Parts: sequence; structure tokens; C-alpha cells
Amino acid sequence: MEFLSYFGGVFEPVSLMLLIGGTIGGLILGATPGLSPTMAVALLIPFTFHLQPTQGLILLGAAYTSTVAGGAVSAILLKIPGAPANIATALDGNEMAKRGEGARALQLSFLSSGVGGVIGVLLLIFLTPVLAKWALQFGPSHLFWIAILGVTVIGSLDSKSFVKGLLSGCIGLWLSQIGYDEIQGTERFIFTDALTGGIHIIPALIGLFAIPQVLDMLAKGRNPQTIASLDVPKYSFLDSVREMIGSIRALSIGTTIGSIIGLIPGVGGQIAGLVAYDQARKFSPDRNKFGTGHSEGVIAAESANNAMVGPSLVPLLTLSIPGSPTAAVLLGGLLIHGIFPGSDIFQKHPEVVWTFINSMLIGQILMVIFGIYTAAWAAKIAKAPMPVMAAGVLVLALFGSYSVQQSMGDVHIMLALGVGMFVLQKFGFSAAPLVLGLILGPIAGDYFTNGSMIAAAQDGPWVYFFTGPLNIILIALVIASIVYSFWSNMLQGSGKTEATGEAAQ
Amino acid sequence: MKTILKSALLSVAALTLTAGTAPAADYPDRPIGVAVSYGAGGATDFQARIVTMVAGNEDILGQPMYIVNKPGAGGRKGWNWFATEAEADGYMLSAYNIPHFIAQSIKGGVKYSADSFEPIANWGSDPAVVVVGKDSKFNSMADLIAFAKENPGKTTTSGAGLFVGHHIAALQIEKACACKIAYIPTKGGGAAAMKAVIAGEVMAGVNNLSDAFRAREAGNVKILGVADLERNEFLPDVPTMKEAGLDVDNSSVNFRGLMVKKGTPQEVIDKLAAQVPLMFENARVVKRMKAGGSPMKVMTRDEVKAMWAQRQATLAELLKGL
Repeated sequence: MEFLSYFGGVFEPVSLMLLIGGTIGGLILGATPGLSPTMAVALLIPFTFHLQPTQGLILLGAAYTSTVAGGAVSAILLKIPGAPANIATALDGNEMAKRGEGARALQLSFLSSGVGGVIGVLLLIFLTPVLAKWALQFGPSHLFWIAILGVTVIGSLDSKSFVKGLLSGCIGLWLSQIGYDEIQGTERFIFTDALTGGIHIIPALIGLFAIPQVLDMLAKGRNPQTIASLDVPKYSFLDSVREMIGSIRALSIGTTIGSIIGLIPGVGGQIAGLVAYDQARKFSPDRNKFGTGHSEGVIAAESANNAMVGPSLVPLLTLSIPGSPTAAVLLGGLLIHGIFPGSDIFQKHPEVVWTFINSMLIGQILMVIFGIYTAAWAAKIAKAPMPVMAAGVLVLALFGSYSVQQSMGDVHIMLALGVGMFVLQKFGFSAAPLVLGLILGPIAGDYFTNGSMIAAAQDGPWVYFFTGPLNIILIALVIASIVYSFWSNMLQGSGKTEATGEAAQ
Repeated sequence: MKTILKSALLSVAALTLTAGTAPAADYPDRPIGVAVSYGAGGATDFQARIVTMVAGNEDILGQPMYIVNKPGAGGRKGWNWFATEAEADGYMLSAYNIPHFIAQSIKGGVKYSADSFEPIANWGSDPAVVVVGKDSKFNSMADLIAFAKENPGKTTTSGAGLFVGHHIAALQIEKACACKIAYIPTKGGGAAAMKAVIAGEVMAGVNNLSDAFRAREAGNVKILGVADLERNEFLPDVPTMKEAGLDVDNSSVNFRGLMVKKGTPQEVIDKLAAQVPLMFENARVVKRMKAGGSPMKVMTRDEVKAMWAQRQATLAELLKGL
């Protein structure tokens, strides 16, 4: 309960101002496609030079929490995830918005982000010493199996057809192999300079989600008959609260999975939302409603990606090992103020660390409040006429993909992927499995090569990848997931084919 | 749309042209970019942001410097871009990492070599060290080498990628002990390589002195040796490789500094070479670098030139057989 005595620091005038400013700024940055949490935090670090260590960290912590949640706004209203963490939110959230339930989706997403986030930070407060040891258990072989577990859900993600889902997942896996392989020292599929570093996930995300939207809007042209302007009527906040409490299953699945994935260094929060979404669907009696604008989908995805924030700092604070790219940037923010993370950080700098953690806790609550305000405001933007909207999204898409690495090559990649995806969508392919392939490809590939190299120096790959309790548990999960996919597709196979047939007509 | 785009591009081009022809005597009359070939938040980016923060002071350059991150392919993407696309007008500098870019250019497949760039000044040096987990049975370089000799190719040793300082150090150790270790490059930089050591996934690791120092303070690792010519002030108790009986020099030390593209006007180079070391020695910069545990070593243009030439020779020799 030591942390309670450091709450005072959060409520000092300057700290509170930074916390509020960081939260609002983070929400806006997060809602802008292309500005990922990692970038938002990196951009803020120079500002912290002029602040006290505690104040600097409060700003960074607030920005981290709220950018993750802010990405849901564009995911829901425009089907353009602000960051990889929000992909799963877009699947059901956007369908809800199309039905005129945008306000409900936004409120649910911020509420569940808040709940997940608070639980995640509480885990960080109470279980850090235990969890730190646990997080280190995951070596290359385990991370490889986790990535494969992710691959097994590709086929059933947001696709009318299992085969088309698998195919677009494979395209994603292939795209992920492009570039210079830093482990093997070889180049793959590099035809132009822009591809030397591979396809960066943010431009890819913008291209795959935003460009088909823009083209769709433009293709509908000026015909008033086909223009379905997005209407976001008001929705009772209390009803949202009630609905969220009612969806306790989705909420707890999301929070649990988000916390576990956040804890494992090297996997990162990118897949937390997607994995939680998939699990929530498997355990839901209404699993067929997922993908059609089902609120549980939004709740699971958003609670997961914010629950990840707290635990992802466990390895950073206790072992000085950043578990995600954003944590790596935060490490820089700590070091610059002379704070070296390590197992004794809670003894050496209690005032800094506890104030930082407490500010994240308060930050989660502020994020919910301001998020819901922003949501009402963002809803007005969504009412903009279609051509204006298309132009606006296009500008954001170009700006966002350029700004990630200040590279025109990324803009070209973004446009090429976008046009390609527009064509694929006409044939019933979906962007979500493709992005999942793109994210999981390097994780699976790199940890496989890394593990194989270690295995070659030890007892060989069979022993290394297939023995040990953790490997066996993960393999069992992989098998269960594959069996489940086949079983559910066999059972619902006939129904699904009809649905696709209708869509094609 | 097309005409708008065209006129916009033309006006941008016109702007750059007028700016490009500004006399070098007025240099610098606008902010200066610094390209960093690694991502935001990495050690190079982190340090570059600190050492350039006082560029705008009237007694330094009078114009601020801003960081442009061009990460990818272990730095290749950024340096390729700098060598082929950046303007040689002094308004776009780049951070260099030695031995990385020289080793990469020797291996080939990139569009630059040491001759493509002109060094300005060096700000930091981070030697590679050999680390093992805190419970490891190895207590000295001698223990580690003895094991490697008995078990060729079994000593798994992590490091941050290929042809970076860590890899060079591992190669030099292998050459010096005439034994074979299993170098495991990890993706995710020094942090991922350090994690592999702490978690016991590998038996040993080569890592940055600054990161290893922190990991040791936190009680997670033992440091067996430092690949430098002298003991380091941060680690006075850790022997150099030479002291441990291995013929390993300082070729793997990670030097960081600023450079411009070849073809930059001489007056601009002279001005930068005179002012940039002052910027690195600024009291505020030194204080921040020290707080961050980043070892500094300010070297002038001539010293860096000599260091580059020497690295070029050593690395060409070392990498010949690979």
C-alpha cells in the first residue's frame, strides 16, 4: 500500500496540468492515423528535458495511456485504426458506427479501455516482483509458438470465407518477409531502395485500411442516392456503463489476455487486441454476431490493448528490459533523468516511480472522461460530407505515413498497398488478416531463426522447440486453436458459403 | 489536382534552389537536420537528441538542429539515403556509428563507404563488453574461453545484430582465442540481446558498456571483460581483453558522431568542425549525457579522420574471410 502515500505528487498543480494536457494531447495524437504511441512518446521526450523527472514521466505516462485509447476513435468512425493495437476495435466498432451507434461504440471503447487500463496498472503495482520473473520465462521457442498461435486465428478473422482469410493472411506473411534480415544478413524481395528496411507496419496499416475507404467514398461520387453519411446520434452514457458491466465475459477475457501479452517482452501490444477479440468470440454464445457490429468485440479489443500498458512496464522497471518499442522509448525518458531501472528502483526512487505509476492510474480515469468528451466532438467530424471526408482522410494518410520515418518511399508503399487492398476487397478479401500476417511474420520468423541458432549449439531443434512445460502448453493451445477453427468451419461451412454467395450477387 | 501538385512541387523546388545557392559565409541561416539511421528512442537517437540540443545557442551555430529518424536494416537504409539523396549543402548532417557503417560497406550491398562522407566530430564511445548471467559458472574471460575451447561452437553468445560492434568484438575474440563460439544476433538491439543473457537463453553476451553497467548495478549480470585499450572509468574493476590474455583491440568500440556528405563546401565543413566540438562539450550536454549513463568522447575532425582510416584497415582484414 506504499503507493497510496505518493498520490499527493500527482495532484500538484504542474503535475496535474501535465497529466491533463498529456491525456488530451495523447487522445488527439492517437486518433490521428500514423501517430502511434511509440512516436507520440518519442516526440515528447525532448520536452521533458525542462521538467522535473517526476513531471516528465507523468507527461510520458499520460501520453502513452491515452494514445493507445485514442486510436479507437478513428478505428470506430472511419475504420482506420490509429495504431496496430486498434485493428480489432475497427472490426465491430465501425459496423456499429455505420448502424448509427457510433456514440455507443465510442463510449464502450473508452469505458472498457479505462477498466482494462486500471486493472493493468494495479497488476503493475501489486505483482511486479512476481511477474518480472515470470516474464523472463519466455525464450525464443515460446515466442515462436505464441506467434504461431496468432497465425492460427488468421483464417477466421473478419472474413466471410475461411479460405479467403487464410489467403490474405498468407499475403501478409509474405509481405512481412520483404527487406533486409538482420539475423541472417540476407536481403529478401528488395527491388527498390524504399523496401530495404521492409514494410513498416504503420504505413501498411494506413494503406490497407484508409485508402480502400477513400476510394470507396470517391467511387460513390456525387450520387446522393449512394452517399450514406455517417450519423452519430447521442447515446445515454449510463446505458453504456450498464452494457459494459453486462459484458463481463468479454471484459475479463480482454483484460486477462491484454495483461498476459503485455507482460511478455518481445511480442508487444500490437497483437493483444486481436488475440483478445478472437478469444472473446470463441467463448461467446453470440459468436456469429462478431464482425457485424457486436459490442462485445469492441469491449474485448479495447480492454485488452489498454490492459497491456501497465504490465508492459514490469520488465522495464525491474529488469531494465523494455518489452515493447514504446517501453524502449520510455526507458530513454527515465535514463535522461538519471533514473536507472532495476530491481531496487522502488527503493531508490520511490517518489519518482510511484508518482509515475499513480499518474497512470489517474490518467486512465481522466482518459475515460476526456475520451467521452472527444467522442461527442469527433462525432461531429464524422458528419462531414463524403467528398470532404475523403479528402481529409487522404491528407491524414499521406501525412501519417510520411511522418513515421520521414520517407517518401513509405508513402509509395502505403498507396500501393491501399490500391491493392481496394481491389482485393472487391473480391471479398479483408484487411485484418493481412495485417495480422504482416505483424506475426517477423515475430515467428526471427524467433525461429534465433531459436534454431541456439538449438544448433545445444541439443538440436526438436529438443529446443518441443520440450519443456511452457512449450508443450503453447503447442497444445496451437493444436486446440487449429482443431477449433476446422470444427467450427465444418459445422457452419454450409451457412457461410451461402452468405458469401449472397454477398457476391 | 495534378496542376496543383505540380505547382506545389515547383515552388518547393524553387525554395530549395534559392536556399541551396545561399553563400556559405552566411551558413547556417536556417535549422539543420541530423539524420539518425536508427529508430526514435534507441541509444543513438537518444544521445543525438541530447548532444544537439544547444546548437541554437549564439556561441555555437545560432541555428537549432532537428533529428530525422531513418531507421531500417541495421542502419543501412538511413546511410543509403544520406549517401544518395541528401543535399551536400550542410543543412542535412547524419549521425555515424563506427564500426557499423564501415563494416557494412566492406561486406557490400550498400551505396556508401567511408569515402562517401566527411566526418565533423565525435561525441561518444561505447565499448563492447562480455557479460554473463549473475548465476553463471563463468567468472572470468579465462573460464569462458576454456569452455569455448573444450566445446567448439557451443558457447551461445548474444549480440545486437550482424556487423555491429558486438559482432566485431565476438569475431575478434574468436580470432584471438583460436576457438569457436556461437554468436546469436538478436533483433531488437542491445536490449533484446541483454534480455537473452539475463533470462539464461544464452550462455554469454556481447553488449554495450553503458547498458551492461546498468544491468550490473541492478544485480542481473557479471561483466567479464571490456573490448577496449584501457579500463573504463565506469568499470575500473573489469579487465580489458588484453589484460585477460586475448589480443583484442578497440576496433569494436561504438563511436558516435556527426558527418556530412562528401562534396559539402569546405567553408561549411570548417565552420562545423570548429563549432560542433564546442556543442558536445557544453556543460548542459555533458550533464545530461552523464545522467543517462552515456560515455562521452569528444574528438575533432582530424582525430576522427584518422580513426576512420584505421578502422577501415582493421575491419577489412578481420572481415576478409567471412
